[in-house]
Amino acid sequence: MRLRLEVNGEVREVEGVWEGESLLYVLRERLGLYGSKNACEQGECGSCSVYLDGVLVCSCLVAAGQAEGREVVTVEGLAEGDGLHPVQEAFVEAGAVQCGFCTPGFVVATHDLLSRNPEPTDAEIREALAGNLCRCTGYEKILDAVRRAAERVRV
Amino acid sequence: MEFLQPATWHEALEARAEHPEARPIFGGTDVMVELNFDRDRPGALLDLTRIPELSEWGEEDGMVRIGAGVSYARIIEEVGGRLPALAMASRTVGSPQIRNRGTVGGNLGTSSPAGDSLPPLYAAGAEVEVCSVRGVRRVSVEEFVRGPKRNALAGDELISAVVVPVARGPEQFSKIGTRNAMVIAVCSLAVSLDVERRKVRACIGSAGPIPIRAREAEGFIEGVLDEEGLWESRGEIGEEALGRFAELVREAARPIDDVRSTAEYRRHAVGVLARRELAWVWQEYRGGEAR
Ligand SMILES: Cc1cc2nc3c(=O)[nH]c(=O)nc-3n(C[C@H](O)[C@H](O)[C@H](O)COP(=O)(O)OP(=O)(O)OC[C@H]3O[C@@H](n4cnc5c(N)ncnc54)[C@H](O)[C@@H]3O)c2cc1C
Ligand code: FES
Ligand code: FES
Repeated sequence: MRLRLEVNGEVREVEGVWEGESLLYVLRERLGLYGSKNACEQGECGSCSVYLDGVLVCSCLVAAGQAEGREVVTVEGLAEGDGLHPVQEAFVEAGAVQCGFCTPGFVVATHDLLSRNPEPTDAEIREALAGNLCRCTGYEKILDAVRRAAERVRV
Repeated sequence: MEFLQPATWHEALEARAEHPEARPIFGGTDVMVELNFDRDRPGALLDLTRIPELSEWGEEDGMVRIGAGVSYARIIEEVGGRLPALAMASRTVGSPQIRNRGTVGGNLGTSSPAGDSLPPLYAAGAEVEVCSVRGVRRVSVEEFVRGPKRNALAGDELISAVVVPVARGPEQFSKIGTRNAMVIAVCSLAVSLDVERRKVRACIGSAGPIPIRAREAEGFIEGVLDEEGLWESRGEIGEEALGRFAELVREAARPIDDVRSTAEYRRHAVGVLARRELAWVWQEYRGGEAR
């Protein structure tokens, strides 16, 4: 089937999409947006997190056809221009990026948290990021990054 | 595979009738896992997310009617004041990403014994509104859920909404899991007080093939509350009565051993939840804060 959707502000069309395909597959394999990672394909790891019409979702659990005519924002769409988004900067500075596989998902989920709650408590950060897995950092640095990003987004 | 995307409820019902092989999909948090892992290859997907009514909820005559497509996130935000136990259960579902997409309609569609919305719906006496081109019917949630992953939907039917009486007193829901978030329940329990009718309801989740109302425990504690005049006096429930209630709830469970827990632990945990939750709802009724 044919799909038309807006990705990171640009209208994109793709042909030959299989009806049972996920939005994640469309983003990575058909649109070449490799920011969203494919790790579990079952909603457990959050590495494929994107915004769908402004709502944080696992793109591996969205059927491609459900995104027809909708707006998708991936990690590639967060920063404006060539610089990093403050959330991305905070992750780099805090050492919250090791292998980096989980990072795009964490960045999008953190972006979503801070847009709803600019001053999250540690408990709120933990709850908001409970759907994202990291095998490398031990999470402490990720918590640091989110606190750092919260300060930065506030100013 | 076909991808069917009706824009109206009427079209959806026609599509359902014409394509019995189609798999309805809303949040996709159950359906897509099956597709991604090749465990399901339905002839068609019937996407219901374009039908505006399914994402609406409203209140009328003391009942909350929640469209099958209202997400857990919205239940927590918007409906929680009217249905505390359902909101508490919704808060325990998956992660923000899952709660943003997953729906009570989908939880009912899956009819898993571990479905977290089910115990509060049982305890509240909810009804599932089911539609087809033949018409609308309402089925009590207890009749709707038939067995593990089996329910009362006919081949041409879709769930339009769940209809739940507004809480008539304090409610609780607790879930046991190996971590704070992102876990399927080892077991769970919903307890509610119906202050107007002087009823107590308790429903066990994830410790049997389907959710189980602990009717003997309910009857026992209602007896104690009546006999001791506790509804009027707002006095404390005695230790012995709390203990007996917990025991009766424990006995009602029908747990199995599996990867998540032994049956024995589940039975024990259900009893612990029963005692605590009854104490909490009663404390709230007496005018204190729960917990
Ligand atoms: C990572 C992860 C964590 C999870 N954690 C939990 C948890 O903690 N607790 C819990 O209870 N569940 C959990 N789930 C399961 C799932 O999120 C829930 O069952 C959810 O309620 C399903 O809703 P949905 O809208 O996504 O359903 P879908 O996946 O769209 O559909 C589920 C089923 O219902 C049917 N269906 C959907 N809508 C209708 C309708 N209107 N009429 C008829 N049939 C319909 C579908 O055909 C399918 O059989 C989890 C899932 C994942 C992937
Ligand atoms: S790949 Fe989507 S949640 Fe893991
Ligand atoms: S940095 Fe490697 S998985 Fe998180």
